[in-house]
Amino acid sequence: MRLTSKHLFWLKVIIHLVALWPIGSLVISVMAGDAGGDPVQYIIHYTGIGALNTLVILLMISPLARRLKQGVLIQTRRLIGLYVFAYASLHILAFISLDLLFEWSLLFQEILKRPYILVGAVAYLILIALSITSFKVIRKKMGRRWQQLHNWVYLVAMLVPIHFYWSVKSEVIEPSIYILIVVGLLSLRLSVGKKISQTISRLRLKLSSQ
Amino acid sequence: MKFTKGIRQKAPWELKDSDVTPEEVFNDRRRIIKAMGLGALGASIPGSVQAGIFDLFGDKKTQSQFITSPLTYTSNLNFTGNGATTPFDKITTHNNFYEFGTSKQDPSNNAQGFSVDPWTLVIEGEVERPLTLDLDDLNQLIALEERTYRLRCVEAWSMVVPWVGFPLASLLKKAGVKSHATHVAFETLFDPEQMPGQKSRLMGGGIHYPYVEGLTINEAMNDLSFLAVGLYGKTLPPQNGAPIRLVVPWKYGFKSIKSIVRIRVMDKQPPTSWNQLASHEYGFYANVNPNVDHPRWSQATERRIGEGGLFSAKRINTQMFNGYGEQVANLYQGLDLKSNF
Repeated sequence: MRLTSKHLFWLKVIIHLVALWPIGSLVISVMAGDAGGDPVQYIIHYTGIGALNTLVILLMISPLARRLKQGVLIQTRRLIGLYVFAYASLHILAFISLDLLFEWSLLFQEILKRPYILVGAVAYLILIALSITSFKVIRKKMGRRWQQLHNWVYLVAMLVPIHFYWSVKSEVIEPSIYILIVVGLLSLRLSVGKKISQTISRLRLKLSSQ
Repeated sequence: MKFTKGIRQKAPWELKDSDVTPEEVFNDRRRIIKAMGLGALGASIPGSVQAGIFDLFGDKKTQSQFITSPLTYTSNLNFTGNGATTPFDKITTHNNFYEFGTSKQDPSNNAQGFSVDPWTLVIEGEVERPLTLDLDDLNQLIALEERTYRLRCVEAWSMVVPWVGFPLASLLKKAGVKSHATHVAFETLFDPEQMPGQKSRLMGGGIHYPYVEGLTINEAMNDLSFLAVGLYGKTLPPQNGAPIRLVVPWKYGFKSIKSIVRIRVMDKQPPTSWNQLASHEYGFYANVNPNVDHPRWSQATERRIGEGGLFSAKRINTQMFNGYGEQVANLYQGLDLKSNF
């Protein structure tokens, strides 16, 4: 079945539900006392992983749309990208409010002193830029520069797993898996990109020889 | 304590005699708190209904299958915590005990089937009389006392915990430390069948097991160094290091090794687990020091986990030696604490 723009509405409804579900279940488990004796680290970790998982899903859309020949999927990228931003915002809000208890001087000290927090902060600044420019009006105004700016999502995709890897004490296996997945998804793009450009140049050759 | 011309001066952390709560009032308060606790329990939803709701979200509710029993002890009034003690349920559900998993709730979820009977603790090495203690010995060999200590984790959170146990020095004196001994080494149980983190690298966080720790002999003989067998008046739950653990309150929490099976008095510095894993981040001493940052975490302040909900935590300034400097600073005279962190 080929998904059409008629299906897009329901697709987006499903995406909203799937993306909001973990937040609801987090609120319930914290209220029920199921998030441990100190839910602060739990919430920070949970929302951080949430952002990373959503980012991985986001990066899977275009390869998937190509492979399955479901062009409509491309139109869900903005929505899912905004959910990456939402989870990242919750992650940072939880860190600033629940862990640092709004000690702003401590936050700026930490950003400057700790490479892993700096890496996370840079990734978040890029996400802010991408989210602000995600409106259609701005997209039109920006023209070609829009795509150039939004290619920075690949940098975010590399920085976030590094931030995760760097932040843990010794349990590096989980962040390593994420690094491998992201490298895989990015290299897929490289080879897909190569294949496309190869096909185009082959077509051009054919056309010019005719 | 300090002595000035024969007059005994109390240290700042010591209480005035007038501050001491009379025993009847103390017991009455305990009774009231107990009654309140039971009342709250009665008012809550029945256990089976609760389990049903939480199963829906796939979360494991902590089940305290592990049986703890009341201990007989006296309260050491030099260490009372001034009423700011972290609640029992937070102390027992927020644990770093990688043998049972690396997330904070893993130990309380995965350790309830842990068996501590029979247990053997060996004291050996440079001692006159090596000892082999069983579970009863741990609770009865030396008179138990309650001490409420501050606990500061290297991850910059802290608690105030009422331990029951005895000074490490009392045990070492029973074994008779030889004069040329310089260090004491400790080892956690190695039992992959009972400790899933030792079986799987993914669960155990890549630490080399068994977990080992160590102190200098002077640190070990300091009165503050404590072997805890209980928490809140009862034997230790497994996630907190049953049946016996070390508590070194002026050092970061990872120094306080849990579920000890071996204490070896040595004439050289023993290896320690976190130091082996990342020596540039975790030194042998691991003294709480707000002036020496962990490379990835500031140590200047800490988040105190106390009573109340999510938004009640307080951020406080971390004290040198976690506030126990008066009793331990002399152990480090002439030592550069920046390079010997």
